[in-house]
Amino acid sequence: MITIRGLNIDLREFQLRNINLEIAENEFFILMGPTGAGKTVLLEAIAGLIPLMSGKILIGEREITGLPPEKRGISIVYQDYALFPHLTVLQNITYGLHFHRIDKTHAEKRLDRLLEVLNLFGLKQRFPVNLSGGEKQRVALARALMVEPKVLLLDEPLSALDPNFREEVRGALKRLHQSSTTTFLMVTHDFVEVLSLAGRAAVMNKGRIEQTGHVKEIFEKPASPFVADFVGMKNLFKASFNETYAMVSGVRIEIGRTVDPSSQYLAVRPEDIIISRNKFSSSMRNNYSGIITQINNQGFYYEIAVQIKDVSFKGLITKGALIELVLEEGIPVYVSFKASAVHVF
Amino acid sequence: MKHEPFFWISVSCGIVIMAFILLPLIQMMSAPSVGMLKETIQDKDVVRSIWLSIYTAGLAALISFVLGTPLAYLLARSAFRGKRLVESIIDLPIAIPHPVVGIAILSVAGKNYWIGQILSELGIRIMGSVTGIVTVLTFVGLPFYLNATKTGFEGISPRLEKVSRSLGASLFSTFFRITFPLAWRSMLIGLIMCCARAISEFGAVVIVAYHPMIAPVMIYERFEAYGLKYSQPVAVWLVSISLILFFLLRILTLHKVKE
Repeated sequence: MITIRGLNIDLREFQLRNINLEIAENEFFILMGPTGAGKTVLLEAIAGLIPLMSGKILIGEREITGLPPEKRGISIVYQDYALFPHLTVLQNITYGLHFHRIDKTHAEKRLDRLLEVLNLFGLKQRFPVNLSGGEKQRVALARALMVEPKVLLLDEPLSALDPNFREEVRGALKRLHQSSTTTFLMVTHDFVEVLSLAGRAAVMNKGRIEQTGHVKEIFEKPASPFVADFVGMKNLFKASFNETYAMVSGVRIEIGRTVDPSSQYLAVRPEDIIISRNKFSSSMRNNYSGIITQINNQGFYYEIAVQIKDVSFKGLITKGALIELVLEEGIPVYVSFKASAVHVF
Repeated sequence: MKHEPFFWISVSCGIVIMAFILLPLIQMMSAPSVGMLKETIQDKDVVRSIWLSIYTAGLAALISFVLGTPLAYLLARSAFRGKRLVESIIDLPIAIPHPVVGIAILSVAGKNYWIGQILSELGIRIMGSVTGIVTVLTFVGLPFYLNATKTGFEGISPRLEKVSRSLGASLFSTFFRITFPLAWRSMLIGLIMCCARAISEFGAVVIVAYHPMIAPVMIYERFEAYGLKYSQPVAVWLVSISLILFFLLRILTLHKVKE
């Protein structure tokens, strides 16, 4: 288990403020946040590569705050692979063995298994300069895991790869996590990676952690306007709250529960919004009629903006639905969503 | 393809510069007859002074290597207040007129200054000694080694070192297993440049130590006493031997890389 308590860091260009985090053993934990949020700094601080101003880092019961990086048992994998260019693939992978007392037959078994899982057998004698991006990142993973670290830190390991390599390395990551006892802590921007790999996650912004929790919880119940915006909450409004409903610029929205009176914002995920030509008869508490003001092609989906009084709601529909419903700008439609789809913070 | 006028201007300038550098050198190298060259190299004083030039320059490079490498690494890897100032100080010896370097060194090595007093108590003499020559050559050569090596270290991603540390290597092991193998070529170029600068030094050495005579001082003395004809053969030998040494060093090391 990794425990971080009251961590503060002051670099010239980055500051981390009061970071508190608990990550369970063998968990796959993801750190999200915009560029410049301090995610890499936090990883390097955990690895002991950046000095702390204050705070504590523990692995299990052992405090590692004052230990040099080589004594922590924490491996790190970077976005740009950071392979040693003067060493072969095999020498790269076995580099850490020089400094660890690992039984030789055990090490050989481990090496074979990593070469197999990461499909690196044919590349052992090559130099990094002769590898593709996906191959380099697989070597970096093997090198990091060869020393059996307690924690593996991954700094956007997939973001420099082509989409097809990305899927391949992502699959390898998942297999490696499932078959080891190592705790994985990964930084990423990509929600597909978050949803397919992580159990829990944290969202960082400007050197602080905005929210920590299960991935589902973060996506469905963002704890702040920033998190809502970051994870893609398009319908984010300032609201006033009265018992079980809220008012947004004259539109009454049912919440179906009493909320914290200090709340100021409300949000609905676009995919929770149903758009129809005829009034939708269901148990949904929120039903409105409005006019389509905009239709945006977003690749797999279309984003439909519907004006209801002074409020513009955005919903997502597929291309099929768009054609079937004969939707176009300027026509009247109905918008519905459940009270439970309304997030308040 | 028809070239623009700018291309022809560049080519012409290039030819002028090449001629400017090469003509005097070629003329000097080809001036002495073979017989004269033979006679010169049999002169024990000449051999001694060329050898003195080479090994004092080598020692200066060695001292630069030992003292300069850690500093070059520090400058390449860390940002600190006053770093610019340190870098400017390192470049100072390049900008100072050579006789001034000699005078400056003598002024700290003299008996009126505490360093001079300590040195004289230890029995170390700067004025007119090999120690003095090496001191001067180190002074003028060090910036070349430091700058080349610093650039080499800067070209290595700090992440390689970070990964190495996280895999269990100490700072020391990381330097010898990762940083050094990736930087040694820059360090070697730095050493060669430092050596070349040291071998060519005259103005500072002549002030600190006229004797024992390094080759440039001997060339000057022969020119003053006997004229161009007697100084040329020594110059030819000094330049040839230095060039051969540098080429050998480069060939040997480049050959190793291919393996």
